[in-house]
Amino acid sequence: MASTACFVIVSRNDIPIYEAEVGSVLKKEEAAHLHQFILHAALDIVQDLAWTTSAMFLKSVDRFNDLVVSVYVTAGHTRLMLLHDSRNEDGIKSFFQDVHELYLKILLNPLYLPGSRITSSHFDTKVRALARKYL
Amino acid sequence: MIGVGKAKQYANVLDKPLSRGRQEVSLSAFAFLFSELVQYNQTQVDNIAELERRLEDAGYAVGARVLELLCHREKGNRRETRLLGILSFIHSTVWKVLFGKVVYLITFCIWKDNLYQKRYVADSLEKGTEHEDEYMISEKELLVNHMGAFNCGAFVAGIVRGVLDSAGFPAVVTAHFVPIEGQQRPRTTILIKFAEEVLRREARLG
Repeated sequence: MASTACFVIVSRNDIPIYEAEVGSVLKKEEAAHLHQFILHAALDIVQDLAWTTSAMFLKSVDRFNDLVVSVYVTAGHTRLMLLHDSRNEDGIKSFFQDVHELYLKILLNPLYLPGSRITSSHFDTKVRALARKYL
Repeated sequence: MIGVGKAKQYANVLDKPLSRGRQEVSLSAFAFLFSELVQYNQTQVDNIAELERRLEDAGYAVGARVLELLCHREKGNRRETRLLGILSFIHSTVWKVLFGKVVYLITFCIWKDNLYQKRYVADSLEKGTEHEDEYMISEKELLVNHMGAFNCGAFVAGIVRGVLDSAGFPAVVTAHFVPIEGQQRPRTTILIKFAEEVLRREARLG
């Protein structure tokens, strides 16, 4: 539970549409920027990896010091990326699957433009609750 | 807020579970909605081409969502990474869920070294174009063409383009009327022409 984690949803066009720091540990001010930097750097690797397998959960694709990047790619190539330092793969997979369902519900809204930022505060609350539950 | 004043089971749509999906919508309801869509767009444009483009854009939005939803619901979270995979996904799963029936997929896929030579023959075989990047979905009675004098197949072409584009297979998709001997109604064909990068990636993936 006491782990740092940064969760980002990146759309098909490589634009982050949702960001959340879900870690529960005190962190330095620069860490947030570093987390985002690491996640963006991992995008290239995810791009190549996504075409080699038809699974959605790509497990850990990159590491930085002791932080690991895990990625879940949806059918529409929206990437759910998690930067974390834990080894709890099953928890992470369940987390991704639940967030995927939430994302689907957001996407089904005809007034939501796919690829735009997710601004729903309810979505934010639910994602953080899921993070507390699984991570 | 939507739902204020009605007895709603869930406070927010995000709490409601995704439906199982065995629901059917009445044809008249859909026809009404679709005719309104067409009429609304007709008032905004000057020519048929612009109208078709708008219908295509409307279909694109549907396609993007249909892809995500069906992959999650029907395919147990497996993505499609190959060209033939996504095409068969469209002409079986997507068509079955959206229109309740199966269509014929005509593929003329003649690769340079003749490794691939697939032909799903429909009852009327059309002469192939011998382009590697072109595929056709042929349907006798396209649902949206039951209503309206001109080609509303643009909407369905938009759906297909939305699915392909979101899955990472950019393509130009158009709907054409193909007159057939012995039938008074022309058959509708959806022509799919893939972009260069798709073919290159397919070749690279082997």
